[in-house]
Amino acid sequence: MDDQKHLEHEQNKPEDAERSTENPEEMKQSEENSTEMKIAEKKEIEPKKPEVPKKKLEKGPTKKRASIGKGSILVEPIKRRSFFSWLTLAWVAFTAATGTFFGMMLRFMFPNVLFEPKQTFKAGYPDDYTIGEVTTSLKEKYGVWIIRDTEHIYALSVVCTHLGCTPNWLQNERKFKCPCHGSGFRKSGINFEGPAPRPLERYKIVLADDGQILIDKTKKFAYEKGQWSDSESYLVV
Amino acid sequence: MDLIKSVINTLASPTILFTLIIVTFFFIFPLNDWFYRWNKRLKLDSFWTNRGGIKMFIILLVFFAFGLFDENFRLIVLKPDNVPIVGLIFLVAFFTWLSMKQAVDNDVHIENNENVNEYSDPDDKVLTWPDLVYIELIALVLCTVLLIVWSIGLQAPLEEPANPTLSPNPAKAPWYFLGLQEMLVYFDPWIAGVLFPSLMIVGLMAIPYLDTNKKGVGYYSFKQRMMAVSLYMFGWLVLWVLLIIIGTFLRGPNWNFFGPFEYWDLHKLQPLTNINLSEYVYIIWFSTGMPDNILLREIWGILLILGYFLILPPLFAKTWLKNLYNRLGNFRYSVFIILILFALSMPIKMYLRWMVNLKYIVAIPEYFFNI
Repeated sequence: MDDQKHLEHEQNKPEDAERSTENPEEMKQSEENSTEMKIAEKKEIEPKKPEVPKKKLEKGPTKKRASIGKGSILVEPIKRRSFFSWLTLAWVAFTAATGTFFGMMLRFMFPNVLFEPKQTFKAGYPDDYTIGEVTTSLKEKYGVWIIRDTEHIYALSVVCTHLGCTPNWLQNERKFKCPCHGSGFRKSGINFEGPAPRPLERYKIVLADDGQILIDKTKKFAYEKGQWSDSESYLVV
Repeated sequence: MDLIKSVINTLASPTILFTLIIVTFFFIFPLNDWFYRWNKRLKLDSFWTNRGGIKMFIILLVFFAFGLFDENFRLIVLKPDNVPIVGLIFLVAFFTWLSMKQAVDNDVHIENNENVNEYSDPDDKVLTWPDLVYIELIALVLCTVLLIVWSIGLQAPLEEPANPTLSPNPAKAPWYFLGLQEMLVYFDPWIAGVLFPSLMIVGLMAIPYLDTNKKGVGYYSFKQRMMAVSLYMFGWLVLWVLLIIIGTFLRGPNWNFFGPFEYWDLHKLQPLTNINLSEYVYIIWFSTGMPDNILLREIWGILLILGYFLILPPLFAKTWLKNLYNRLGNFRYSVFIILILFALSMPIKMYLRWMVNLKYIVAIPEYFFNI
């Protein structure tokens, strides 16, 4: 290796000599402006290019030998047929690897155990809820607020319609307030401050056969689409 | 003492702070010859001297030292999350000063027909090894030492496991995204979270194609590329760094604004009832009630947006950007002005929100389209 370096060094030397002969011209240019100095630098690099094929030629005879470790072996030229069989093998391996990867990705989407609360659940009897209050006890487990006003009970989604943070119910201020970007919602779910573009969504709420409230989170009702007038979006008490 | 604190708290309210900064900014970083003359007349370029730099440093240091005596200020500034932002304030100020000092210095050289400071003899070369690699090695060692000392000295701000039904209050993005989070307060997620970040990247990539001024390549200079430097600095310092600082120090619980010496009251009431432009038009001005047709309802906002992007560019090209238009040509000018208009829409929307509680100019929540 050291010998090679030495050789290359010697090869470069005449080039350096060329540079120094070119320099007087460049000096004149560079005195004018530093931008032209850069162009001049480019010029310096250019003469190097023709050298590349030279080096290749010199290295030519040694190229047949591929070195592995200390010794070296002769590489047999690959025949056309064996090349195709290698190509087939490579493609099969590639397809198999990619297939396995995407198969595992797909499997990942269907976990064995799902730590999610049920989408449909019973939330006690209507009389459990006081009139005019927001019930926050189901927020952590099921992700709903249940609100009872004088005539209705409805279930509000706890997902802010701006970017999906979880707002907090501020009892003193009588509003839901999102800690991420400051969106505010009234008790009814209507957005009135901050950037939230839509009111909070309501979930399907009905009475089960045993008289308990049944909430179905898979069905949502959006105010801006006029769905809050749907009889399933509230419970008359 | 309390008087100073309440004055600073008042100055830190977004409307006043932003107005002060925007008004003074282009005198410090002049945009054209008019501003440049005022910059000279007011001696604002004395910032970029050794004495000016030391003065700025002392003012910053005194402000923080004074603030640390205040309980509320100390609580926010010394929070492990926020320590890097304090560092950022000093670092950004230092590097701005350093580059501007060299630029102003070179401007004098160029005026006197002298070589710029970065001028070097083309024959004089520096070796990568050892000259560059040694410096890199030292920098690497110092950075590692700094990180180790930092991680030992300050507790990592880890919190309890994430809970989808409980957002911390205030919920803050990582510090480098606080500018984006601040934008999200004024815009719909798809604009502030998708469109604007992409435009920022595209805009930065477009700079070499838009700015074909060959001067200032390879050396610092200000006067030769005044508009480019000042516009960039406005985007960087005001629309990015300042928003990070605001997001870190001035945004408190429920994402309300708090002065630096104010107690972070969870129950601070800020009347923020926001109204869409269509509601302004139909309910307050016409008092007719909202029309049912979406297009009819939002036509005013749509016209306003179209006017902003279609009428302003040719108007500017004919008036005070005439020279720029002639220099850049039709296509380059259009790209340039559209990017600038997008950038300017940020402070414009912020002011509209603060002054007239405007929520969205075009609000079509039915199709998730709000501007």
